[in-house]
Amino acid sequence: MTWTKKDLLGLEYLSREEIELVLATADSFKEVSTREIKKVPALRGKTVVNLFYEPSTRTRTSFEVAAKRLSADVINIATETSSVKKGETLIDTGKNIQALKADVIVMRHNYSGAAAMLARSLEISVVNAGDGWHEHPTQALLDIFTLKEKLGRIAGLKVTIVGDIAHSRVARSNTWGLTKLGAKVTVCAPNMLIPPAIEQMGVSVCSEIDKALSDADAVNVLRMQFERDEQNAFPKQLEYFKNFGITAERLEKAKKDIVVMHPGPINRGIEMSSEVADGKNSVILEQVTNGIAVRMAVLFLVAQAAERNNAKNTD
Amino acid sequence: MQKILIKNGKVIDPAQEINGEALDILVQSGRIAKLAKNIKTDADTVIDASGKIVIPGIIDMHVHLREPGREDKETVASGTRAALKGGVTSVLAMPNTYPAIDSKESIGLLKKIIKDSGSANVFICAAITKERQGRELVDIAGLAKAGAIAISDDGASVDDENLLLAAMRKAKAAGIPVVCHSEDKKLSNGGVVNLGLISTKLGLRGISRESEYARVERDIKLAEKTKAAVHIAHVSCRESVEIIGRAKKKGIRVTAETAPHYFSLTQEALAGYDTNMKMSPPLREARDVEAIKQGLKSGVIDVIASDHAPHTENEKDIEFDRAEFGVTGLETELAAGISELVQKGILDWPALVHKLCLSPAMILGIDRGTLKAGKPADITIVSAAQEWLVEKTVFASKSKNSAFLGRKLTGIVEYTLCNGKIAYKKA
Repeated sequence: MTWTKKDLLGLEYLSREEIELVLATADSFKEVSTREIKKVPALRGKTVVNLFYEPSTRTRTSFEVAAKRLSADVINIATETSSVKKGETLIDTGKNIQALKADVIVMRHNYSGAAAMLARSLEISVVNAGDGWHEHPTQALLDIFTLKEKLGRIAGLKVTIVGDIAHSRVARSNTWGLTKLGAKVTVCAPNMLIPPAIEQMGVSVCSEIDKALSDADAVNVLRMQFERDEQNAFPKQLEYFKNFGITAERLEKAKKDIVVMHPGPINRGIEMSSEVADGKNSVILEQVTNGIAVRMAVLFLVAQAAERNNAKNTD
Repeated sequence: MQKILIKNGKVIDPAQEINGEALDILVQSGRIAKLAKNIKTDADTVIDASGKIVIPGIIDMHVHLREPGREDKETVASGTRAALKGGVTSVLAMPNTYPAIDSKESIGLLKKIIKDSGSANVFICAAITKERQGRELVDIAGLAKAGAIAISDDGASVDDENLLLAAMRKAKAAGIPVVCHSEDKKLSNGGVVNLGLISTKLGLRGISRESEYARVERDIKLAEKTKAAVHIAHVSCRESVEIIGRAKKKGIRVTAETAPHYFSLTQEALAGYDTNMKMSPPLREARDVEAIKQGLKSGVIDVIASDHAPHTENEKDIEFDRAEFGVTGLETELAAGISELVQKGILDWPALVHKLCLSPAMILGIDRGTLKAGKPADITIVSAAQEWLVEKTVFASKSKNSAFLGRKLTGIVEYTLCNGKIAYKKA
């Protein structure tokens, strides 16, 4: 199949085949990072703009490395240095970047739906690097890529996602991606952090961590965002660790080869113990490495599709 | 004064139980002079309404004209032009303007604007509390005397139960209804879409159904206590319909309205974060749309009003969370009613006209809403089967934030007569 979308906004909007295409493309790009000269000319002459309205080090760096390994030129714009402070609208900012003849905007935004709005207003590609509580598609793609690499398949796997499901774009993107590929997803969190009607997205809900781990092939542990605790909704950190933290004792009762993932940055001693984070089941650093290949694949696919669309329009 | 003869239209007038009979209407001196078959007279203007539906001018009892204060969104001039284009001859102007309509002075100011620039009938709804802050009552008797025909803090509910109770008693004494925006903002929790699958999918804060129906329940309780005329605005969810239905059975003096978007659209319309689908209360689920339709059919919901809420593109073409709540509606409400209710067999024509014209007239005590001889000649002539595409370019309103953009609707207004004059004629 051919990739036709100029944007990547979320995994809800992709078919199983499209997700598989990204994974296969990532697979072929992974080798580039092992070369002595870690570069291919796939996006030479293209410009990728990282437009970040929320502080982010790891996602922005990962996109920057990915773009550079494809030989693209990379510009980083953070809100502190932009005209956003002067009251410019998101669409105007986007149109200005488009007028600079950039090819791809990678955007992180604190409002859900911001990426969709920007993508609608522009001809160039928009890659969603996280929008509010909505989606973080490249994170889920790299989680799925890592899982597939470890376990050889996605279909039929049981994956448990633990943490603040209600406010997590990682949980949403993983849910769409995993269920489309045939995995069974269970979300586990204190009741107040489970959003309403989430079962209708095709997941099971479990509020006991030991039960949620008991037959899981993998567990994806979300970062508890205590910094976003506007309404004091979160249980105290220690209480959370006691009730939901992933510890060696808990893993002993789980499948021996359970894969432990975390999108980072980890709150050691809150979401999981250090022993687990650094232990044999953890693939946390492999996720980071795979993030490069997945983001190379995404940048490559969307830029190619945009180029094809433009060629069609000028015919 | 001009004589206008409307020939051979299919007249729908529930007040006289006329249901589609081909009749002529003679308009003279601003009033309906005669309604009969084959009127023979010399008229200055003859309108051939053969094949068209002729109804009383619509009375839209929920309209934000934005003037004074937000003339960038709408003015009395542009809003009344939009009304006439939509077949609406009378509007009830909501008081959430700047200044709010909470004093004799602001009523005087608004009356002058209406006199100078209004091209349809504009009736005034005053605020319940000063600056709509929910703290201190306006001079209800005084404002009624000055010309307010209803009171409402629309956009907000009066949280203080005792204050609203007092307001209802005073409104009853003044002989005007209280229009309730029934929403407990604590329960709405800063939400922007319906709480449920859609808020979960989109990662947006949800507005619970309870924020509406719990407040409907409270407002009805106060209506029962005070026996004031209480009107529940923009009903959007099933529970509210049930609560209002039960209250009516008990004989409580309550009426209710819904807006076209609540019988036409579900929360699924929000899938792409379209800010033209963002309104308060929010679009709900299919079962709610069904309950609203059934409520219209059974008579639990008395009125269809647009909740015309114009906003500039700058206020809508931004991140969903930051975009204003509300959609325009004056120019689409009749067509939405025809398309979603009449064509789908929910209401017949007389019932639709009842909800658009007669019920609001009765609730507000306006001597209009019918084509009886002697009444002011507010008349709308409709090509009831003609389809049109809702596009930004068609609107007379200053604002284009319609929830129906891109949709085809059936029913287009050919002529609108207001006080006996041809106030709108389709180009």
